Formats: sequence, structure tokens, C-alpha cells
Amino acid sequence: MAELNHYLVLSGVLFTIGTAGVLLRRNVITVLLSLEVMLNAVNLSFIAFGRFLGSSDGQIIVFFVITVAAAEAAVGLALVIALFRHVETLNPDAFRQLRG
Amino acid sequence: MGFELILFYVFAAIAIGTTLLVVVQSNPVYSVLLLIGSFIGLAGLYVLLQAPFVAVIQIIVYAGAIMVLFLFVVMLLNAPREELVTSGILESPATRTIGAMLAIAFAAELAWALNRSSTLAWTVTDVTRRPFSVPEIGRRLFQDYAFAFEATSILILVAMIGAITLAGRQLTEGARLKSRPAGDASRTDGGMAEGGRAEGGRAQL
Amino acid sequence: MLSWIPLLPFIGFAINTFGARRLPAKAIGAIASLAMFAAFVVSVVAVGRLTAQPADSREIVQTLFTWIGSADFQVPLALRLDPLSALMILVVTGIGFLIHVYSTAYMIEEEPHEYARYFAYLNLFAGFMLLLVLGENFLVLFVGWEGVGLCSYLLIGFWYQKGVAADAGKKAFIVNRIGDVAFVLGVLLAFSQFGTVSFRELNGVIAGLPAESSFGVVSAIALLLFIGATGKSAQIPLYVWLPDAMEGPTPVSALIHAATMVTAGVYLIGRNAVVFAHAPEVLTIVAVIGTATALWAGAIGMVQNDIKRVLAYSTVSQLGYMFMAMGVGAFTAGIFHLFTHAFFKALLFLGSGAVIHALAGEQDLRHMGGLKKELPVTYWTFLIGAIAIAGVPGLAGFFSKDEILYRTFAGGHQLLWVVGAVTSLMTAFYMFRLVFLAFHGERRHAPVAQGFSPAYPVVHDSHHAHLHDAPMAMAIPLVVLAIGSVVAGYLNVPAGLGGSAVLERFLEPSLHVPAMEGAHAAADHADHALEIVLMVVSSAIAFAGIGLAAFLYLKRTDIPDALVAKFPGVYLFLVRKGYIDELYDAVVVQPIKALSEGVLWKADARVIDGAVNGTGQIVVETGSLVRRVQTGSVRTYAVSVLFGAVLVVGYFLWS
Repeated sequence: MAELNHYLVLSGVLFTIGTAGVLLRRNVITVLLSLEVMLNAVNLSFIAFGRFLGSSDGQIIVFFVITVAAAEAAVGLALVIALFRHVETLNPDAFRQLRG
Repeated sequence: MGFELILFYVFAAIAIGTTLLVVVQSNPVYSVLLLIGSFIGLAGLYVLLQAPFVAVIQIIVYAGAIMVLFLFVVMLLNAPREELVTSGILESPATRTIGAMLAIAFAAELAWALNRSSTLAWTVTDVTRRPFSVPEIGRRLFQDYAFAFEATSILILVAMIGAITLAGRQLTEGARLKSRPAGDASRTDGGMAEGGRAEGGRAQL
Repeated sequence: MLSWIPLLPFIGFAINTFGARRLPAKAIGAIASLAMFAAFVVSVVAVGRLTAQPADSREIVQTLFTWIGSADFQVPLALRLDPLSALMILVVTGIGFLIHVYSTAYMIEEEPHEYARYFAYLNLFAGFMLLLVLGENFLVLFVGWEGVGLCSYLLIGFWYQKGVAADAGKKAFIVNRIGDVAFVLGVLLAFSQFGTVSFRELNGVIAGLPAESSFGVVSAIALLLFIGATGKSAQIPLYVWLPDAMEGPTPVSALIHAATMVTAGVYLIGRNAVVFAHAPEVLTIVAVIGTATALWAGAIGMVQNDIKRVLAYSTVSQLGYMFMAMGVGAFTAGIFHLFTHAFFKALLFLGSGAVIHALAGEQDLRHMGGLKKELPVTYWTFLIGAIAIAGVPGLAGFFSKDEILYRTFAGGHQLLWVVGAVTSLMTAFYMFRLVFLAFHGERRHAPVAQGFSPAYPVVHDSHHAHLHDAPMAMAIPLVVLAIGSVVAGYLNVPAGLGGSAVLERFLEPSLHVPAMEGAHAAADHADHALEIVLMVVSSAIAFAGIGLAAFLYLKRTDIPDALVAKFPGVYLFLVRKGYIDELYDAVVVQPIKALSEGVLWKADARVIDGAVNGTGQIVVETGSLVRRVQTGSVRTYAVSVLFGAVLVVGYFLWS
């Protein structure tokens, strides 16, 4: 059967893919999607630990993660819409006004 | 059992494959759909890990609500395909080296962490233990994690308000999109941000 | 009651300061003089009360309040009247009063607010001087000490628009300051070793110690105090300010630089007679320096051509005599000479002031002559003063100077006596040179167009000057001082002449020094024969000096010029004051200036300003560097978040 390590490695891989997406993609929505990927990877990790430690805490926490992810996605997308109204692009590099 | 391992690999492959494509390919609509696919793979893994309730929740909420939201926004904004053009300083050699080094460091840490965890003495419970039932989870949630639960509710409320405020149609002389259809087409996403209670959204376009 | 004595002049100062532009000149002069007179009256009353007490406990102390109160260090602002300070306050207030009266006429040509400023400073000075001599401890004395130094600066530089005067004021203050450093060190040393700054306590403690055979703590204290005294009393090496101080108005020279301030050093030694008595090596130094100063100043005074300069060097020389007296242990003799000197030196200065006033600013002896007929009162009073200082028997100077010389000889310091005698000869000579040049013979007019002092800004042509004798306000003080110059000496006629040495017995409680042994034992008057012999010798010297001066300046007036031609080097050396000022400038002033400039430009401008500006600069540079972190690009921020996460995780993995 699959050991804990398997799941953890999988989680790590997914997390890395998500990180790469956040850092490298030039479309804001895709960045947000990658963010969701990262969160999911962490969820997997939680569930795995919960299973192998025999505690239901893992699932509970995942519960909350999903909730927060939803909220964050909503606000993030609202921001994207607001930004898009000003500059008709979804390229995050286009927004440099806060340059010091 | 071997069967379980095979299932693991199947679902893992699905997850990794779709996730990779999410990040790699350029059409945002496809990305969203592929992410849904990733969720399905993960849901399968959750079932394997004896957390069926979370799996179902994942599909219903995450894939069913949040991803739909993403899809709405993608289509609303009519996002163009992403140009693969290098943008100046961020792709300079210095940045690349730093990025590469950071990536290597990150990977190294992950490997190290994994190595550490495998050497820890886990008390692995009996694999034949039945999964936690919904009442059990409910009890945990509403008793031990009651405060977090309530706080999260408020968080959702705040997010709702925030989303409406940020993305709502400007009542004053705000910038108007030329491509937006005339009328109150902007009254959209605010009502879609719903958390754990999958009530079904009301789409107002 | 004692506090009124310095307070009254301070009140006069205050009134004249605030009423400077509102009161008429007559009122200002009157207020100032009245303040002094009132102080004199109170002094007389106080001294009367003092003498009413039995002789061995003559002391009145008035503590005003605790000035410094910090744990073990308690210093009261207290005034103490004892025989020594009694004498001093009478001199200061009495002669001070006369000089104030004199000034009302002398300074009359000043603007009213300048007039007021003068009298304000003069009163301020008197107040500080009285504080000095009445101080119960070193710190109160020091307040007065510094105060008179300040007033000296203010009054010397009274005509500050004249560059020379301003410089002279600065020079006086700075040179005094150098002495003050030593003074303060001495006081600090005394406090650290003996735990007190009160005179009575300190003298009490030290009296119990044996006299030091080598240079120890008490000697160090005494030496430091003496150096402070050389500054204030114009002895070698700090006398250089006094001749320059003649730039001030003549009454100022009379009061400050003849009768009172310069005597503060002598007073200081007298006040601490016990300390000095226990430091025989320092006493030797005092005597040697005093004698050397007397000789040196006398030599320079013989060839000076400015009437006030001659008197200035004469003052330095006579102060040297006072220190010589203190140095051989004859403390009473020194104070006695201080007393008589105040009379005739003030008289001489005021007389010269009358001459200058009459000649509308002329001060050069070579341009005077024949004033005897035209300024009779001035002449006769001046003559009395000259006779007194020369040491002609019968007048005050004779008794006091002779006392000093006798004690020196009888104390075993024959060499010092010889030098003192030579100086006596010089004194008589230069004094009468001055008299003959100024008052006798024919007028030698100055070339036209030479203005000297700003009080007489008119280009004076002495042909047309109104030669009037001193007005009443100036004449009366002259007469009073002349009488004093004659009579003051009789206060202390020694037993050898059948007198009862009143002053000596009066001052004994203050200046009594028990257990002085050896070379510094104050020789008493047991040897009357020796005393009379020495008196005869002194008198002969005096007459010889007068005769020589008469010969050279009345009869054979060609000889002085011939002598100058024959010994040009010597003459120049003396006329140029031994080039001491130039020496000090090169050795002290210029190096300090160079050092200061170096410090200013290198240390201050470069290092300190550099550090301060550099700090600002560093902040600005750092800011502009750090600012580049804010790229404004979200992706960069994301990378930095990841970077931070890597670090944190790394930390947790490590530990």
C-alpha cells in the first residue's frame, strides 16, 4: 500500500508545480489558479497526515482551507476585475505604480 | 495492498498531469477545466486516504463553486491568450540565476524535509480502521474548532462585502469598459462567493 | 550688616544700568558716588564694631545662605570681617569714593549713556572687589575675583571703538584667566586634600601640620594660589596686561590698577598666610619673583615716555615689593605697603589724569613741561605723591617700603635686599624724571594733529589748549589723597623710631603665623640699631635718586640723549619692554592660534561635520539603495515571499 512518503512526495511535487505557476505565468487568472493548486497540495498533505496519525484533525483543517481558499479566490477575482477596468490586460507586470 | 497502490498511482498521475497542464498551457479556460480535472484526481486520493467526506466537499465546493467562479471571470474578461514575450528586467540573467538558485534551494529543502520525516517514528495506525463518519467530523468541527468555524464565517462575509465593493459597478464616474455590454452587466460575482454552504449560486449577468 | 557693603555698589550699578538713558549725567555720577560713600560709612561702622571686640577674637561673620549644599560639600555665601579685610574694605570704599567723585568731572565729556555705563561698571567693580575681600571662603572670593576681572575688561575696553583699547581689555582678561586656572586648581587641591574651602578651617587644619621641608601638597596649593596671584597682581610672568591696560580711562587705572584689583593677589597671600608659612620653598619663589618683577619693571619704567606707562610699570614694581615682603614672611609689611601704595599711586594716577585732562589728551612726556605754573594744585599734590613713593622719610612710602627692606635684610636675605635697594633708587629716579619732565622746564609742544584718547577726539593743538587746573571735583580727591600719602605711614611707625606699630598689632590676628622657623621667621624689631642704619641707607638712596633725576632732567638735559646714543641696544631693549610681548606672542599666542585653526578646519570641519553630514548622507544613500526593493512588480514580491519561506523552513529543518 502507499506509504505516507508517497503522498508527501506527491504533495511536494504538486506544490512545486503550483509555485512555478505563480511565479512564472503572466496571466493573473492563471496565477490565481496556480495558487489554488498550491493550496490543494497542502490539503493533500494534511489529509495524509491525518490518516496516518489516526486523527480527524487533518480533515477539519482541510475544511477550513477550502473555505478560506474560496474567500480568497472571490476577493482576488474581484481585484482582477477592478484592475482590468483600468488597464485592459491581465499581465501582472503591467501594474507597476507602486514602484518606489 | 497492491490494488491500493495502483489506484494511488493512477490518481496521482491524473493529478500531476492535469496540474502540469494547468500551469503550462496558455488558454485560461482550459486551465480552469484542467484544474477541475486535478481536483477529481485529488478527490480520488482523498477517498484512498479514508476521507470521503472531504473528497465530496472538495468536488462540490471547490470544483463546483470556486472553479465556476473562475470560469465566469475568465469569460467575462474575455482574457486574451497570453503572449509569451519576455519582459525586460524580470528575465535578465541576474533574475534567472536567482530564480534558479531559489528553485534549487526549494527543491533541496523539500527533499530534506521528506528525508527527515521518513526517519521519524510514526505510529501508523491500522489501515483497516474505518474512515471517520460525518457525525464524528461534525462533532469535532462544532466543538473543538467552534471558534475557528465562527471566525471563518465572518471571513466569508467580509470577503463577500469586499468582492462586491471591489468589483461592483461604479456608481460614480468610474472607468467603464468599452467592451462591456450596456446596462448593469457588472453586477456579477459578488453573490457567487459562498463558502462551505453550497447553496447554488444565483447568476446575474 | 556686612552684606550691605558690597550690596550698595551693586545697587548703584543696577540703578545706573537701568536709568542710563533716563537720568541726567549729574544724577548718575551722584548716585554712583553716593553708593560708594554709603558703603564707606557702613564699612567704618563695621570696623568700629570689630574693634570693639577683644583683640584676639576680632571677627564678624555673616552667613547669607547656603550656596552649595551637596552632602559633604557645604559652601555658604558668607562674609567675614576680620582685621585684614577691615583694612581692605576701608581702602576700597574710601579711595573708591574719591575716585568716583574725581570721575564725575573727568568723564564729563562722554555721552550721557556712556557716562552711565562708566559709572555702572565702576560700581559693579567696587561691589565685586568688596565681595572678594569679604569672602569667608575661597568660592566667594573667587566670585569677586572673576567679577573684578570682568569689570577690568569692561573698563579697560571702555572706549571699545578704539581697537587698541579693545585688544588691551581682551589681553587683560585672557592673561588673568591663565592665572585663574592655577587659582582654581589650587582651591580644588586644597579641597581634595583638606576637605574645606573655608579660610578659617583651612588655615586651622594646616596650622596643625609641620612646615614642609620639601615640595608637598601644601606647597603645591600655595604655588598654585601664587600663580593665580601673579595674574591678578601683574607679577612675572603674567604682568604683561597691566601696561596695556592704560588704554582705559585714567580713573580706572587709578582705582583698579593701582589701589584695588591688583592688590587682590597680595590680599590672597595674606589671607592664606598660614598656608604659605607652611611652604617655605614657595615663599622663596614668591620673594624671588616679587623682587625680580620689581627690578625688571623699574628698569623698564625708567625709559618710558608715556606718563601713564611710567606709572603702570611703577605699579608693577611696587607690587613686586609687596610680594617680596610676603615672601620673606613679613606679611604685615606687605599689607602695610599695599595700604600706603593705594594712597600715593591713586594720587599719582589721578594727578596724571588732571594733566592729561588739561592738555586735552596729551600723554607723551616729551611734549609736556612747565606745567608747574599753570597747574599748581595738580603739581603740588603730584609732588607729594612722588616724594611719598620715592621713600623720602616722613611720608607714607618711607615707612612701608623701609619696613619691607628691613625685614628682608634682617631675615637673612641680603641679596634680595640689595636688589630691593637698587629698585628703590630706580623708583626715586623714574618718579622724579616724570615730575621734572612734566612739570618743570619749558613746554615742548607736540606736533599738531595727534589725537590720543577718544574722550578728547578733537585734534588738539596744545598751543591753544585751555590750560586750566583741575576742577573742584578732581582737585579735592587729589588733596585728600595727598594728605593720606603723608599721614598713612604714621599708622605703623616701628618701635625703632619710638612708634607703637598700631597697624601691625591690629593685623596680627589675621596675619599671625605661629611656628615659622628658619629663614622665614619674621624678624621682629629687636634690633633697633640695625633698623635705624637701614633707614638711613634707604633715605640716602631716595635722595640720591631724586638728585640724579634732577641732574639729568633739570640741569644737564643733554646727557640722557647722549646716554641713549651710547647704549642704543640697552635703551631699545628697555623701551620695547624687553620684547616680552613679542616673545609671548611667538611662543604662546601663535601656537594656540595655529592649533585652534587646525582643530577648526581639520577636526571640526572635516571630522565632526563630516561625521554628521556623512550620517545624513549614509541614510540617503541607503535609502536610495533599499528603495530598489520596491520594484512595483507583484511577481518580484512573490519571489521574495518564496525566498523568505525557504529561509524559514530552512531554519526549522536545521534545528
